[in-house]
Order: sequence, then C-alpha cells, then structure tokens
Amino acid sequence: MSVTTQNPGRGSSETARLLSTVDPGRRRTDRVMQVLIYIAFGLAMIPLGWLIFTVVAQGADRISLDFLFQSMRNIFGGDPRGGIYHAILGTVVITALATVISVPIGILTAIYLVEYGKGWLARSVTFFVDVMTGIPSIVAGLFAFSLFALIFGPAVRIGVMGAVALSVLMIPVVVRSCEEMLKLVPNELREASYALGVPKWLTIVKVVLRTSVAGLTTGVLLAIARVIGETAPLLVTVGVTDSINANAFDGRMMTLPVFAYRQYSQGNAPCPGGDTATCVSDIASQNAWGAALVLIAMVLALNLIGRLITRWFAPKLG
Amino acid sequence: MTTTVSPPAKSSRRRRSGNTDRGFNRVFRWIAVGAGATILAVLAAVALFLISEAWPAITASPEELAAGVPRYPEDTSLLAYLGPLVFGTVLAAVLALVLAVPVAMGIALFISHYAPRRLSQVLGALVDLLAAIPSVIYGLWGFFVLAPVLTPFWTWLNENLGWFPLWGGQVSPTGRSMATVGVVLAIMILPIITAVSREVFLQTPKLHEEAALALGATRWEVIRTAVLPFGRSGVISASMLGLGRALGETMAVLMILSPGFTYTLDILAAGQHQTIAAYIAADFPESTGLGVNTLIAAGLALFVITLAVNMTARWVVARRKDFSGAN
Repeated sequence: MSVTTQNPGRGSSETARLLSTVDPGRRRTDRVMQVLIYIAFGLAMIPLGWLIFTVVAQGADRISLDFLFQSMRNIFGGDPRGGIYHAILGTVVITALATVISVPIGILTAIYLVEYGKGWLARSVTFFVDVMTGIPSIVAGLFAFSLFALIFGPAVRIGVMGAVALSVLMIPVVVRSCEEMLKLVPNELREASYALGVPKWLTIVKVVLRTSVAGLTTGVLLAIARVIGETAPLLVTVGVTDSINANAFDGRMMTLPVFAYRQYSQGNAPCPGGDTATCVSDIASQNAWGAALVLIAMVLALNLIGRLITRWFAPKLG
Repeated sequence: MTTTVSPPAKSSRRRRSGNTDRGFNRVFRWIAVGAGATILAVLAAVALFLISEAWPAITASPEELAAGVPRYPEDTSLLAYLGPLVFGTVLAAVLALVLAVPVAMGIALFISHYAPRRLSQVLGALVDLLAAIPSVIYGLWGFFVLAPVLTPFWTWLNENLGWFPLWGGQVSPTGRSMATVGVVLAIMILPIITAVSREVFLQTPKLHEEAALALGATRWEVIRTAVLPFGRSGVISASMLGLGRALGETMAVLMILSPGFTYTLDILAAGQHQTIAAYIAADFPESTGLGVNTLIAAGLALFVITLAVNMTARWVVARRKDFSGAN
C-alpha cells in the first residue's frame, strides 16, 4: 500500500493512461472484427432485400383481377389470358387439410411433452421431433406417394396425398413452437387450479391452453407459412392441372409453388410476328413471377399476423 | 393377480386421497401419450414405406434396371448409378456450408453481442424471414437474376485462379453451375445456422464474459476467449443442421443447375453435377414402374444421409446441454 501511494498525483495519472490506452494491435483487431461482423449481417440482408424487390418489380405488372380469378384452362402458348385461381384454391385447400391433420397431433404432443412427459418415451419423442424437422421435403413427398401407392395403385394423384406429405413437414414445427409456448405458462397457475380441486385434464384445457392460446396461434401460423411454399412434395404427390379442382379427394390439383415452377420450365412461347395483344413470348415467366408475388405476399402476411398476435394478445405473465 | 389385491377399504381410501388418474383424466393422458407415440410411428412409417417401395429397385439386377429405367446405362449396379448423385449432393451441401458458416457466425455474434439489445429481436426475425421465403422463389431468383450477375465473377475466377482445382474447366456461360447453386443454398441455410448459434452464444455465462472484460479484454477478445470456446460444439451442430437442410434442398437446385452425372470438382462448369433431390423431382412425373422404384431408392439414400447428419447434430446439442454449466 505504502509503495503505491508514495506519489499519488503522477502515479495515478500514469496508471490511468496505461489502463485506458489499448495496445494498437489489439485495438486494430477489435475494429477489424467489428467491421467484419457488421458486414456479415449486411451480407444476409442483401439477398433478402434484393429478392423481395425483384419479385415485387417483376410480378406487380402481371397482377390483375383476371389473373387472380381465372384458371389456365384452354390457355396455350403465348396467350396472355388466364390466371392462377386454380393454383390459389389448391394451395388453400391442401394447406388447410395439412393444418387440420397436423395441429391436433402437434398440440397434443406438445401437451404430452410439457405436462406428462417423463422417461424414455418423452426423451425419444423430443429427439425424433428435432430429427424430423430435418427430413428433406422431397422425402416427405415420396413417403406420401408410397403410402397411397400401396393402397390405390401407383397412378394415384390426389390433393390429400399432398396434405399428408405437408403434415410430415408441419407436425415437428408445430410441436416445437407449441412446446415453447406451453413452457411459458407459469406453474403457479396450474397449482392454483389444482388447489381448487380442478382435475388435471380440465386444468390443461381451461388454464394452460387458455393462457397460451395467442402463442399457439402464432406457432400454427408460422408453421403454415413454412409449408405453404413447399414445392417438391406437391410435385410428386398432387400432380398438375390447368383446371379448377376444389376436391382434395378426387383428381389432380394445382398449387401456387408448383404453378410457378411449371410456368418457369415452359420457357418462351413462339410468337410469329413479335409480341401482340394475343401473343406474348415471355408470358410464362411473367406468370411465374406473378404467382411468386402472390405466394410471397401470403407467406409474409402469415409471418406478420403471427408475430402481431403474440404482441397484442399475449397475456401479461410474471 | 391374487397377490396384488389389497383390502377394499384401504384401497378406496388411498384412491380418494392420492390417485387422481381416473375417469377423463386417464383418457386425456392416453390421448396425449398417443399423440407423442404417433410422431415416432410416423418417422418409422416414413422409413418402412420408402424401403418397401424401393425394394424392387434394390433387388433388381443391372439388366432389369437397364431395361426398366429410362436413360439407365448398361451394366451398372444401383450403387454405381447413385454414386454421382450422392457426390453431387454432398458437393453442393459442402459448398453451401463453407460459404454460409463464417457469415452465419458473424450474424449470430452481431445479434448476440454487437446489436443494441432492443433491436436484436427484430434483426433476428429479419434473418428468419430468409427461411420463410419459399424455395421455388429462390429458384426463380437464382435462375433469372443471380446467375447472370455472378457469371462475370465466375469467368474472372476461372481466368485468373484457374489453377485452383475447383475453378478449372469450361465456365458455364449462363451461370447454371454448381457454384451458383452453392451460393443460393448458402443463403437458404443461413437462418438455421444463425438461429442455433445465436442461442448458444447467448448462453455464454455472463461471469466468463465479465471476467474477460475485467482483465482488460477488448470486445473481440471477449468473444474469442469466452464466447467462441463455450459455443464451439453448438456451432458445429448448427453447421450440421445446415448441412442437413442443404442436402435435402430440391427446387433451387432443380431450377438453377444444368444437370450431369460425373465425378468432377469443376464447379464452374455446366452439365457436370446433379443432386439426389433435384434428380427425383425432375424425373418423377415421367417415371413408371421400376423407374419410380429407382427414384424412391434414391430418396431412401437421401433420407438415410440426412437422418445420420441430423441425428449426429442433435446428439451433439443434447450432450452439450447435459454437461454445460450454463443451464
């Protein structure tokens, strides 16, 4: 003590200087890494902005009431008429069916894991739910095809096959997010309910689910947003059609992502004498971009609504 | 049975006081357990149905395959036929991983340690949006927009650094090459790698970071000495999850890559590679009979590869959770 306090004025200012100046080399490394980390974030934002801008710029011209409310029946070559109504309808029907299949299984599994889960079964369910999130979408499609091919023969292509394939992709997402939401419900609420003599199942239905309903809705909406844009499983299960078909249990259906892909792969149409009112050579790619814009709008809307629901309706916990 | 019967009076009193698992309580519990078991059953069913539909192709002789599958080369076993596809799949995924991991770690560090606390959630949601964009739109964008933009750069790499094994060969004039696919796949797997690494970085014990700061470390030194060593296994498993995603990605590859069946490292050339998923999606609509079985056998191979990668990744995460002192 006495040594360090012998010359208080000079010593402390010297020490303060030494302590506050960083070695230039270390400071430089710090700065360089900071810049690199900021650049990394910027690098991720470039494709996001660029992609959304491209889709809006390319697709906006094609969007019209006719495009949204007509099908492609009897539209050939460079004919600029026709639209994506059949594809929107197919996407809505198939995704709704997939939701109807996955949400009960997903939420009940989440309830099992949070409220009952003990032992090897709970551990393996948690593990395999995580593994299931990594199943390639095309494999889910092949699974649905194999399942229905064994029952109905290999030529079957119906909407419900696509719904089954999408459910395989959707169930783990629903389980994961709902599990997180159920874990957020404070134990005090459950205990208060038990103390009033309410049975466990009624506590789960009336207290736990009621408290977390906003979070569950968000989880389900985000899961729908995740599968609504799946292309590959629908390509191998639902097939393609140019007509309107709202019956998921009979016949092929068109969906938005598959429509975008089919139009993309058609390439330019031959238009002798250049573009006219009845023949536009790049109409297929215009259709693809138009469908992409509608699809991306649906996905972004689902994401936005999902996040807003949590913000607005989440109960004040804690 | 007789040994488990207890005096009736005693049993009824115990049931009144402690045992609540009866009536609808029991029914509800069994419904929940059943839902959990369904998950396992679905995964088992995926494997079983794929095997049953792939079996005819697995057991068929090379002659039968050559006769039954369109464009199937003579005297080739199924394994030799799937070899180039597996090679292409792994090549695409590894390229994507090499490009994505450094950027994803940067983003994860930015969100966990550099961005203002209040903004970090919004920025995280923005990165997650990249995962929400449908893959068919990545395909459209990659084919119409990104490939033409990248082509001059690939040409430059080929002319100036062509001695490097990856950048040799004939550059594709349209940019429909493995290199472009790698870039698009890297963008698509950024969010999953970022999300998992971010969680791990946020779990770094505050005391470790504060100790490093107290010793006079700069922000980067805190990250290098406290955050990265703590998060290493998390980053590894995050990368493997990203690898799993890249292995199974279909549409972007199908729409961008001009396909071929060779073992070559020339990622700038067109018509050299193909991935399993894109191959299935391209050929499935026109296939019948043994052709479908062959495609499903390819799908089975993909399923096994991704399952192995994902299970290893999840196992690493789970092991880390058990032994780290952060929880």
